[in-house]
Amino acid sequence: MSTATKLRFGIVVFPGTNCDTDAWHALHDGMGAPVDYIWHEETDLGRFDCVILPGGFSYGDYLRTGAVARFSPVMNAVSEFASKGGLVLGICNGFQILLEAGLLPGAVMRNVGQTFVCKYVNLRAETTDTPYTRGMQKGAVLRIPIAHGEGNYYADQATLDDLKRNDQVVFRYCTPEGEITPEASPNGSLDNIAGVCNRERNVMGMMPHPERCTDPLLGSADGRMVWESLLG
Amino acid sequence: MAIEPQMWRELGLSDEEFERVVNAIGREPTPTELAMFSVEWSEHCGYPRSRPLLALLPKEGKYAARAEGEDAGGIEVAPGLTVLFKMESHNHPSQVEPFQGAATGVGGIIRDIFTMGARPIAVLDPLRFGELDKPLARYLLRGVVSGISFYGNCLGVPTVGGELRFEEAYGGNCLVNVMAVGIVETDKIATSRAVGEGNPVMIVGNSTGRDGIGGASILASHEFGVDEEKRPTVQIGDPFTEKCLIEACLEVLKTGAVVGLKDMGAAGITCTTCEMSAAGDHGMDIDLQKVPRREPGMEPWEMMMSASQARVLLVAQKARADAVLGIFRKWGINAVVIGKVTGDGILRVRDNGKLVAELEAKTLAEPPVRHLPVEEPAYYREVRSADLGELPLPEDMNGVLRDLLASPNIASAAWVYHQYDHMVQTNTVVVPGGDAAVLQLKGYRQGIAITTDGNGRYCYLDPYLGAQLVVAEAARNLVCVGAEPAGVTDCLNFGNPEKPDRFWQFKRCVEGLADACREFGLPVVSGNVGFYNETPETAVYPTPVLGVVGVLDDVRRHCTTGFKRAGDVILLLGETQEDLGGTEYLKRIHGQVTGRPPALDLDREKRVQSACLAAVREGLAASAHDCSDGGIAIALAECCMAGHMGAKITLPGDASVRLDARLFGESASRIVLSASPENAERIQRLAADEGAPVCVLGEAGGDELIISAEGETRVTLKVADMEQIWRDAIPSLMQ
Repeated sequence: MSTATKLRFGIVVFPGTNCDTDAWHALHDGMGAPVDYIWHEETDLGRFDCVILPGGFSYGDYLRTGAVARFSPVMNAVSEFASKGGLVLGICNGFQILLEAGLLPGAVMRNVGQTFVCKYVNLRAETTDTPYTRGMQKGAVLRIPIAHGEGNYYADQATLDDLKRNDQVVFRYCTPEGEITPEASPNGSLDNIAGVCNRERNVMGMMPHPERCTDPLLGSADGRMVWESLLG
Repeated sequence: MAIEPQMWRELGLSDEEFERVVNAIGREPTPTELAMFSVEWSEHCGYPRSRPLLALLPKEGKYAARAEGEDAGGIEVAPGLTVLFKMESHNHPSQVEPFQGAATGVGGIIRDIFTMGARPIAVLDPLRFGELDKPLARYLLRGVVSGISFYGNCLGVPTVGGELRFEEAYGGNCLVNVMAVGIVETDKIATSRAVGEGNPVMIVGNSTGRDGIGGASILASHEFGVDEEKRPTVQIGDPFTEKCLIEACLEVLKTGAVVGLKDMGAAGITCTTCEMSAAGDHGMDIDLQKVPRREPGMEPWEMMMSASQARVLLVAQKARADAVLGIFRKWGINAVVIGKVTGDGILRVRDNGKLVAELEAKTLAEPPVRHLPVEEPAYYREVRSADLGELPLPEDMNGVLRDLLASPNIASAAWVYHQYDHMVQTNTVVVPGGDAAVLQLKGYRQGIAITTDGNGRYCYLDPYLGAQLVVAEAARNLVCVGAEPAGVTDCLNFGNPEKPDRFWQFKRCVEGLADACREFGLPVVSGNVGFYNETPETAVYPTPVLGVVGVLDDVRRHCTTGFKRAGDVILLLGETQEDLGGTEYLKRIHGQVTGRPPALDLDREKRVQSACLAAVREGLAASAHDCSDGGIAIALAECCMAGHMGAKITLPGDASVRLDARLFGESASRIVLSASPENAERIQRLAADEGAPVCVLGEAGGDELIISAEGETRVTLKVADMEQIWRDAIPSLMQ
């Protein structure tokens, strides 16, 4: 299970974060990677190579998702960390926070069905030119769970054109066979977008949960492909 | 202030109960004391009516029962590791305001788990409504499911199971039951005892407002009247605060500086102060002026009755109080010292320096038992003598099967459980939709399985037998996934106990549960009684809902419902008799709820379950599925749909049994298994050794379910067609 690379992971814990321990177990137990928690009041991220913003309901998310978390002390540090080229991965609520913080383009809205959706979906890896997908085949299909009420990705036309031009769409919802169809999207996302990265490619956000499928006992181990890409 | 009859009546106390209060304390109570008695002596808190019968339930079994006498009980599932669990009802609040009612139901039961030092790892929600073609039922279902989804998802506790039942009897009074499960190292289980004279008493969490006043004594302890406005008695949920409260409480308990703590459920301050004092043989002296308030001008009696959510009462070691307060500060949780533990067993409540209540804690915490009269209801004789032999036999069994697949009691519940985060915490090995949820316990070889069951229709037709069938089916669900049944929590939903025919149903059900649990070696470690589930028009079916936890020796050796490989042999453990009474088939196709529920031979049930458990544990079975609602035809259809694979079946047994009973009858003690031909033979030998009836039903494969009997094909349906009917039934009704 151990890896040669000593990428050091930090997992941010906001009050209301609830996938922090899942990410910890996936990295520590599943991948044998060094990993520690980062309390939302911390401002020094120097001991980490990759910062994960995990899923949950930061500060309750009674307002728009991620709208409060972006103002917490740790987020200034995360911005700075990212601007220096540090790896930042936002999962689910973490993705929403990165969007609110302007570290990634676009926004998410309420799912088209108006309800929270928790189930397995299929994702197609749209680019392998990111630290998060470099170990995958382009077009690889991952079976991976989602669990969110607001994952309906939206960007205006100019932003969308930009994203495409710069190969920033990392994952799209697809059928088990890898086709991009409207029915394959669980939340109405524009262009079936499930994950995007910044132009520098070190910051990535995705709605699905790779940390939930690292052990085949839980139904799929496809999330390992993300961790394995990172760990090289 | 003198106490007028109107005062106690408005608080929900009868004249007789008021007399008992006066007798117990030897004087008239103060208004604050009267309010305290009204909640603490209500059935919801003190169980004065049900306690004598609940004493019948076994407390011990094969697995060691833990934490007896606390808010939740548990069983030790691995050396040093206890699983704590409890189920509660939030029926009346959910009927009045479905979203908040259901949400706060989740919040309340989870607090019972983490205040004992256990990390909450799962929630299950058995739900019962009126028929889904009624707008009210749809409104309630939608609201309740959103409320559970809102609260449970935010907390990060997966909702891994439950039930969904629709019966006219629940039309005016839905049943929203919630079970929570947690894990804790056995020697770290926290207690709710207040001890140590001078130790500080703290109120932790939310401030106290007027919400939920009378929730226990008025809402939960009376029938619904006509056109009643009871919304102010429902609490408001705040899952974010509760999430922080979970983390803070678990962190604070690790320090060892906590003497005892207890969740404030209904009637928060009253229940916790008197019950913690009574449990610890101590008293308390508290000052209401120190309690953080949400609104000005609250009277002492309102403070004592408030059911504001997400509050906990905590007794800390005097010398370490600051450390405790510091951890709560870190999590942004308000914690305030409101008084101290005293040595004299008296609970004193002060307000602005004035003593407003002074009562012996035990007198308040332990209401005198009330023995209520019972009487066999008139309907009982009638339904027992119903002759189902005259029932017309349908021509088109394909049509019947389709119709049953579309019944909301049988159809896929995915519309509900896809709204629940059932995977967070990454322990869910078998997701909702199977016989039972299976969870891994990280760091242990063992896993646990959890199921909830409660066929109210059976219990209505025969409460004693019906309750036994509930125990049998729940245990059967567990062996199907490969778990040995280990412990039970019961949530007893009944009508008005003051009516002798309703109390008879309660008594017979509890007797049935007690006898069956004893037979299975299952301790009942926790539970809840909810009476008064009725409206002027109808009472709910007597509905004991059980949550049963089972243990998998090795979580990797578990089993699921769906057929796995074409060519696998399909086996039936158990036997089919002419059991049509109380079935879904009888109700849905013939519009009748009558007859006797399926017969139950507990000895055979145990043999069937042992055989199934052995087959799964030894890795012989490729699939296993309990045969229940809709009979063998539905069980087979479910195995086909889950496995996306057809099957060719020849109905076994006695051609003298009616064909509809052989297809759709609900004879107990039956399990459908599939296995490779070689393993199927081994399972048959194993069943013979256990003394369990077993026979070959057919073979998995193809894309159709084909069932024949006596050489004639009776059912031919494409699996894809069945799946569409089954999957679309509830979503299309909810559109």
